[in-house]
Amino acid sequence: MNYFQLFHLPAQFELDLTELGTRYLELQRQFHPDKHAAGSERDKLMAVQQAANINDAYHSLKQPLLRAEHLLALRGLKISNEQRSFMEPAFLMQQMELRELLAEISDAADPDALIDEADQQIQQQKKALLRQLQSALDANNPEHDHQAADIIRKLKFFFKLQQELELIEQTQD
Amino acid sequence: MALLQIAEPGQSAAPHQHKLAAGIDLGTTNSLVATVRSGEAKTLSNSAGQDMLPSVVRYTADNVIVGHAAAADAVLDPHNTIVSVKRLMGRGFAEINADAEHIPYELVDQSGLVAINTIQGIKNPVEVSAEILATLADTASQTLGGELTGVVITVPAYFDDSQRQATKDAAKLAGLNVLRLLNEPTAAALAYGLDSGQEGVVAVYDLGGGTFDISILRLKRGVFEVLATGGDSALGGDDFDHALVNWLQQQTGQSTLSHSELRQYLVTARQIKENLSATEQLDFVLPLASGEFKGQISRADFDALIQPLVRKTIRACKQVLRDAGLDTEEIQQVVLVGGSTRVPLVRSAVAEFFAAEPLTSIDPDKVVAIGAAIQANVLVGNKSDHDTLLLDVIPLSLGLETMGGLVEKIIPRNTVIPVARAQEFTTFKDGQTAMAIHVLQGERELVDACRSLARFNLTNIPAMAAGGAHIRVTFQVDADGLLSVTAQEKSTGVSASIQVKPSYGLSDDQVATMIQSSMLYAKQDMQQRLLKEQQVEAERVLEAVTAALHADASLLSPEEKLNVEQALAALDTVKRGEDTAAIKAAIEHTNHITDEFAARRMDISIRSALQGHKVDEV
Repeated sequence: MNYFQLFHLPAQFELDLTELGTRYLELQRQFHPDKHAAGSERDKLMAVQQAANINDAYHSLKQPLLRAEHLLALRGLKISNEQRSFMEPAFLMQQMELRELLAEISDAADPDALIDEADQQIQQQKKALLRQLQSALDANNPEHDHQAADIIRKLKFFFKLQQELELIEQTQD
Repeated sequence: MALLQIAEPGQSAAPHQHKLAAGIDLGTTNSLVATVRSGEAKTLSNSAGQDMLPSVVRYTADNVIVGHAAAADAVLDPHNTIVSVKRLMGRGFAEINADAEHIPYELVDQSGLVAINTIQGIKNPVEVSAEILATLADTASQTLGGELTGVVITVPAYFDDSQRQATKDAAKLAGLNVLRLLNEPTAAALAYGLDSGQEGVVAVYDLGGGTFDISILRLKRGVFEVLATGGDSALGGDDFDHALVNWLQQQTGQSTLSHSELRQYLVTARQIKENLSATEQLDFVLPLASGEFKGQISRADFDALIQPLVRKTIRACKQVLRDAGLDTEEIQQVVLVGGSTRVPLVRSAVAEFFAAEPLTSIDPDKVVAIGAAIQANVLVGNKSDHDTLLLDVIPLSLGLETMGGLVEKIIPRNTVIPVARAQEFTTFKDGQTAMAIHVLQGERELVDACRSLARFNLTNIPAMAAGGAHIRVTFQVDADGLLSVTAQEKSTGVSASIQVKPSYGLSDDQVATMIQSSMLYAKQDMQQRLLKEQQVEAERVLEAVTAALHADASLLSPEEKLNVEQALAALDTVKRGEDTAAIKAAIEHTNHITDEFAARRMDISIRSALQGHKVDEV
């Protein structure tokens, strides 16, 4: 299913989230199972499936990484569920350094300062990669699409780091 | 000719007739039923004028007593008087028995599930809850002068799949048509939101007798969107009582209590708790076999006893804010729900944490039932002034057991429902034709730390080389928060068969047997009931397909249209008879004939929903 079509939005990386939210609610107002509770069993089942599709589509477009993956999938490049872990040595080095930084937090004299530092680094890298991702996807040709796929793989590392950092932050309370 | 026949059900259906629907708050301590009449949602009272029904069921040798009379007998007959049964719903014997010291009746192991040994034999929590539901439904149909078309039953937002399923089974056993299981905080938000027209982000803090929920919702133009939910499905006012019982035991020096004494201690504890909401210092009397024990307690003493429990709820509030990605300043209102929010320490702790004076303008004991009634009225198809949309979430992550006793999450908590997620599995042996899947719910990484929901056995997988078969397993959570699983082998398209073994629940067959052997139904009623169910469903199918034909006949070729009309005519004829199986078959046939038609209509309606939008924009 083409999620952009479902929400009647242009198939591109840049997206008006407010518009997406408005159209999502319009669709749910019509297809949510609550609107079909008095229907036959089959109608109810279909409403559940339809509403689940709409929720999934919304979820996929709302998050930049999933949106980019969906866009690539529509262009014939599937990267979800892949087990490719090859990365440039420089990138892996940077990841290791960030991981070391995270590992130091719990024993640090001033953990908050280290958390802030790690957070800043992660946010900076994420922003830069998202910018690169946007221009690669905007180019809309196979060569740039493969570049975009590489950027998505890198971004996944940063999203994971961010999650871990949030977990560490919680245990600090 | 055929057309005339199929026009008939549409005429007889009287679409604008007001249907009877009720909202039921099935609480740990008290239960209520409410309905919308003349546009206003109100709780309903029984013949004695009481709207709060104590959730207490007493089994005597030849009778079942529910409510006030049963509660009055709790001390007299603790073994056969079941209180707080909600805490046992969907739970295993082992997990409950571990801290059963405060349960004044005898628990037994019913093939892994917890059940209670009574004078009428072994009763499981589903059966006990069904008695409460049937009593409430009775109150409703007597007050409203007719049978209920459907009910909405509320459950704690933090209830897991087994607890929800048990609640639904209880309703089935009570002979009720469940339109929806609705989360209690969402019901409360609905009641408040429609009452006050409030918009913005609200927190609903719901501390009942046995469960605690905290939900964050965004209210905007009739949309009630749950952003995150959290809580503890085994924490509530009962635990305050238990803390007081322990304190009382220290005062009296009675270290062990009989079941009857425990009941008496609990009754006194609850009186102390309730009185301390209004006074700072209290003299109390505890009746004992050896005479009266007279004592004194201050609110500060009580606060010290419950402080750890209250702190636990505030920790859950912190977590849920984090999940919603919000700060306390962004919460505009806090709504208090549940009788236990009358405790002053709870109020002040909540007010302090959210830095907002909590909203209590609707009775915290009734607000959930009122919200449920509003939703029941909408779901049953009655016209409402409000075009509301409730978007709720799954409270706990769903996952699968993987190698080494680890859990892989398939659907994370706070995902909007309904939701469907697929996962692919492959065979690891040549010629493998079966596979076992273990579904768990919870946030932890280890299988043992999560709650086991069910084990699925996939069989009839086509025999292939190792890794050759790709089985796509789809997990679907519906709007009630209930999970269902389907599986298909991808290369051959063969649907693998699934046998479900719920870890803490009853199988469909067990529920059917319970219904058949139930005191609530005489045997001949059972046949009548099954027939009626099929007739009602046949009516729904006729109405739906007839309306579809009126609207979109152009989507069908003349031949297809004729087929549909013939199926409807046949269904209409069979429906008038009394052959349950034939009606069922005719429904299935009609569904089969109209599957493609329904799919085309769905497709068109999605497109037109969007085109309509485009037209609006221009």
